[in-house]
Formats: sequence, C-alpha cells, structure tokens
Amino acid sequence: MTREFVAARPVGVTGSTPAVGTSAAETLRAARRRRGRHRRLVIGALAAALVAMFVTTLMVGNTFYPPGDVLRVAFGEKVPGASFTVGTLRLPRAITGVLAGVAFGLAGVTFQTMLRNALASPDVIGITSGASAAAVFAITILGAGGAGVSILAVVSGLGAALAIYLLAYRNGLSGARLILIGIGVGAMLDSVVSYLLLKSSSFEVQAALRWLTGSLGSAFWDGIPPLALSLLVLLPLIIVLTRRLTALQLGDESAMALGVRVDRTRLLLVVVAVALAGVATATTGPIAFVAFLSGPIAARLVGGGRSLLIPAGLVGGLLVLTADLLGQFAFGTSFPVGVVTGAIGAPYLLYLLIRSNRSGGSL
Amino acid sequence: MITAPVVVGTPTRPSRARSASRRRRRVLGLLACLVGLVVVVVLSVSIGSREVSLTEVVSAFTDQSATGLAEEAVRARVPRTVLGLLVGAALGLAGAIMQGVTRNPLADPGILGVNTGASLFVVSGIAFFGMTTVTQYIWLALAGAAASAVFVYTVGSIGRGGATPLKLALAGAATTAALSSLISAIVLPRVDALQVFRFWQIGGIGGANWESMATVVPFLAVGAILSLLSARSLDALALGDELATGLGGNIKVARAVAALGGVLLCGAATAIAGPIGFIGLVVPHVARILTGSDYRWILPYSVGFGAVLLLLADVVGRVVTRPSDVEVGIITAIIGAPVFIAVVRRQKIKEL
Repeated sequence: MTREFVAARPVGVTGSTPAVGTSAAETLRAARRRRGRHRRLVIGALAAALVAMFVTTLMVGNTFYPPGDVLRVAFGEKVPGASFTVGTLRLPRAITGVLAGVAFGLAGVTFQTMLRNALASPDVIGITSGASAAAVFAITILGAGGAGVSILAVVSGLGAALAIYLLAYRNGLSGARLILIGIGVGAMLDSVVSYLLLKSSSFEVQAALRWLTGSLGSAFWDGIPPLALSLLVLLPLIIVLTRRLTALQLGDESAMALGVRVDRTRLLLVVVAVALAGVATATTGPIAFVAFLSGPIAARLVGGGRSLLIPAGLVGGLLVLTADLLGQFAFGTSFPVGVVTGAIGAPYLLYLLIRSNRSGGSL
Repeated sequence: MITAPVVVGTPTRPSRARSASRRRRRVLGLLACLVGLVVVVVLSVSIGSREVSLTEVVSAFTDQSATGLAEEAVRARVPRTVLGLLVGAALGLAGAIMQGVTRNPLADPGILGVNTGASLFVVSGIAFFGMTTVTQYIWLALAGAAASAVFVYTVGSIGRGGATPLKLALAGAATTAALSSLISAIVLPRVDALQVFRFWQIGGIGGANWESMATVVPFLAVGAILSLLSARSLDALALGDELATGLGGNIKVARAVAALGGVLLCGAATAIAGPIGFIGLVVPHVARILTGSDYRWILPYSVGFGAVLLLLADVVGRVVTRPSDVEVGIITAIIGAPVFIAVVRRQKIKEL
C-alpha cells in the first residue's frame, strides 16, 4: 500500500527536493498510521482474549457452570451452588489474577524499557524478592495483615531497588552489573523468605508456596481492595508517564533534546513500577517471571516503536489467568500459578540467552 | 588483590624478595587457616542449645568414662562437626575448580544451578522410586549435578565472548528457576512428605550420621584427588586457551578432568547436605587474596577455608535464633551474597 502511495506521486515532474521530502514524510506518516492501526488491533484482541479467559476461569472447575449462570452471579443474582463457587471462590481469584498480572506486566515492561534490557525486569533483579521478604516478615513476625502488608512490601521493594541501584552505580550504570547485583540481592532476600517460612509453624504449605513462587490459592475478596485501589492510582500515573518513557527509549540525549527531564522521569517511573510490583507481590506473592515475560511477548505482538505499556499489562493479566487455569486443572494435581509461569519463563530466559549469544548481541 | 580468575597469571618472573615475602604470606595464611579450623571445631562441639565449657569439651574427648550431660552433648555434636568440615571443604574446592575451569569469578555450584540439578534428581528419586538412603541417591545427585553443570556451561558459552560471568550467571539463574519449579511441582502433591523434601530446598548439616558420611566419603576423596591434581592445568588454563595449548597441554582433557572432580565434590556434598550455595563462591576469592593466582596454592587453601567457613556459618546459625537452628544454607547465602556483589562491583564492565 505504501509503495503504491509513493508511486502515485508525480516524482519526476519537478524533481525538486521539497517534493521528495513531502513524499518521504507522507510515507513515514502512512507507515506510522498503519502501525498504529496494528497496535490498536492487537490491544483489542488482547483485551478480548483477557475477557474470554476471565469468563472461562469462572466457568471451568470441578463443577462446570454455563456462561448464563456465571453472568447472573456476576450481576448479583442468587444462583444455587454457583453463587458460592463462582461468587466466593472463583471470582475473587480471577479478579486478583487479572489485577496482579496487569501490575506485574506494567512494572516489568517499565523496567525493561527504561533500562533498555529485557533481563532487567523486577523479578529477575530481585525487587519482587524484596517485597516478598517484607510481606512474609510483616505477616509472620509483626502479625500484620491487609493494607499494612502492601505498604511494607512497596517500601521494601523500593529499598531493594535503591540498594541495587546504588551498588550497581560505579562510573555510570551498566546493565550487566545491575542485573548481576540484582541476582545477588535476590538470592539473599530469597533465603530470608525461606528462613521465615521454615521457622513459622503457623504457615500452611499453600501459604508458604505463595511466598516462594506466587499463588492465587489464598485469593479472596478481602485481598482485592488494596490491590484494586493501588492500580486505580498507579495505572493512570504510569500511562501519563508513558510518553516520557517512549522518549527515554531513544536514549538519554535524545530524550533530553525532546525536553524530558531524564533523571526525574526515571525516578518517578521507578517508584511507580516498584509500587506496582510490590502491591501485586503483597497480594499474590512473587509470581515467577510474569513481569519478565509480558514485555517481550507484547513486543512480539505489537512490533517495536510504540509504547508497549498497555499491551504488556494485558499480556500480564492473560498470562496469570491462563497459567492459573492450567495449574489448577491441566496436570491432575493442582499447582500454584507461579510453578506454571516459572516453568514457562525459565526456558524463555534460556532461549533469550542463547539467541542473543548467537547473534552476538549484548545483553 | 583479587583480579578475578580471568587471571593475570604473573607473566613476569617476580623478584626473589617478592617471592620470598609471598611464600611467607602463604605459609602464614595456611597456619592461620589451621588455627581457624581448630577454633571452629571447638566452637562447633561446644555451642548449641546446651552450653558446654572448654574443660568439659576436653574431658569429653580425653576421658571415656566421663558421661555427664555436657560430655554427651559434645560427643553428639561430633558427627555434625565432621560433616560440616567435609561438606565445607568439598564445596570450597569445587568452587575453586569451577572458577578455574570456566575462567569465571562468579562460578559457584549454587549460582550455576549445579546444586539445584542434584536436588531435582534426588527429589525425583525419593518421590518416584521410593528411595530413602544416601547410598541410593548419591548416584542421582551426581548425575543431576553433572547434567546441570554441562547444560549451564553449554548455554552460557554459546556465541561471542564465550562463557562471560553475566551469561553464565544468567544461565545458572534461569536453570535454577526452571528446576526449582519442577522441584515444587514434584513436592507439592506430597504434602505428608514435605518435611523430607524441605531438606532438599535449603541445605543443612543438622541430620548428620556416620553411615551416610561413609557412603559419600569415597566420592569426595576421588573428587578431591582429581581436583588437586588439576592445579597445574588450571594455572595453564588461566592464561587462555591458546596459550594453554601452546604450553603443550591437552586443554580439553584437562578441563574435563577438573570439571569431573568439581562435579563429584559438589554432587556428593549436595547428596548428603542438600543444596548449600555461596561457599564455593566466597572461599576461592579469599584464598586468592592471600596466595595470588597460583592454583597449586588456591586449591589447598580453598579446602581449608571452605571447611572453616561452613562450620562457622553453622555455628552462627545455631546461635542467632537460639534455641532453634537456622539452616546453614541460609546463613551462607546471607554471608555470600554481599561477597558476590563485591566481586561484581570489582569487575570491569566489558569483562562481564
């Protein structure tokens, strides 16, 4: 289509530079329009898939409920049997899954874009481990619950991020060093989590696994308000920052030339992204690799150039819902969602490693 | 100075005075190591939920007729102490070997996913084949350690630049994550056996007994001999593959022998104590500070320091939350991760 468009221009008539310039500009504009259309299409499809998966998780289970029953429960009608199973068990689980997945996806893609490195997602570099350690500490030692746990998780996630940043900063910030130091910090925090879990007898296996790999097994209505409220605040914030994020993708100098205050934007973005990851971790535990996977999958679907924020968030939600459904029913015994996402994410990380090694690209 | 094992094998011949002072330092370091060993052994047999005085420790070993509670407590702590020494020495030596073979300052059985591989195989053996004793699962642990070591090294060394620290560490982290997922998947449906499996997620030496130690000692011995014999070839490898070949060694064989020794050591250690990380990372770096880059010194030092560090970590674990124990695998991670970070910070960016 673009080619026709170019050919239709009377190129040879004047032969002057302005004419060629206009043509090039319009070609560019057309390509951008087309990419925009493609992006909207992908976002629409992802949103539709998310809704479909959401409804499916409500329907499928030990007892199957037809979509009609599910909808009636969702609109507050009393349906014998379904009201409890769907309304009390499946609905909060699905909502928590979507919200946490979206939060992880947004946080992951923000870090990946900002640091221009697919490996620099908060779950690979130990930030969710920080949030997880604080959450477990708050519950086992302080006996806290609800919003207190979330706040502590966010604060501790920020602390971990700050520590990693400070430790990695030496004559500038190197992606490789940041990632390695993140892995080290994460290993330390994970052993703190293991210790706390090992020592507290009050923890059941299900709850313990929630803090090790992430699980929706203990997701009920009372966990949703803090998560939903935080997303309500953080989502618009991160969208407002998206344009600056896109400018950052071009590199610090270009971003500065475009009038973005690089340092402040970066700081704001880090805070918002860590808060998202922290709140989600406080609710579901550090669901393995969702933050790491969402961005690259979204990039594959959308193609580069545009902001991946919204698609990555949708991919995150879709990932968590799908993995949870698989974990519950696909293998005979039920597994927490983090085991499934971990089993998907780790091979992908290896693949990424092999591919970028082959092509000689730097990580 | 640790300049990492990407080493710097002193190309110029050091002056006589410098080499004399280095020898003095090496000998003094070895002495310090021996003193440290004695101290941690005494600490290990005297510290626990029951306090024991030094005289009681002495009488427990010298006077067979002494059967007071204190003496019995000391004797009961002996197997744990011996196991700590064995496992620590094995992991320290294995770490030095891995750093030498991969020419990589971040190599460690824990970071490279070797321990997790051994764990996964053992957990599978317990879950699917009803294995119960160390004699049965030592082979599984060794197979798991070898398989994951080869896998991680292969993934980490594909492409330009070979096995850089970043690539190896990431390949190890990814493999660990994948294998941990599988371990969880095996352990989860067997809730009643979780206490048995817990041991395979965090390493510890609390359950030491003589029979299982006797099973692993031959493997540790063979591994140690292969490793110590590799000192010279590791020195050659440190100069780079081209130079090592030029010096007349068959580097493929040398690498394989050393790697086999390392895998035997950490596989056997994991079979008996579960996955314990970071000892293998920390110890060779400390050894390098004292001895320089000569593997003929680094390896024996790593044996000694590994034993000291692991036992010390175990004693700390017994003290911090008295009367209950903290598993030694947790303490080593908390001690080791900062060292890992310090090593990363020292590296030049392009070496990562």
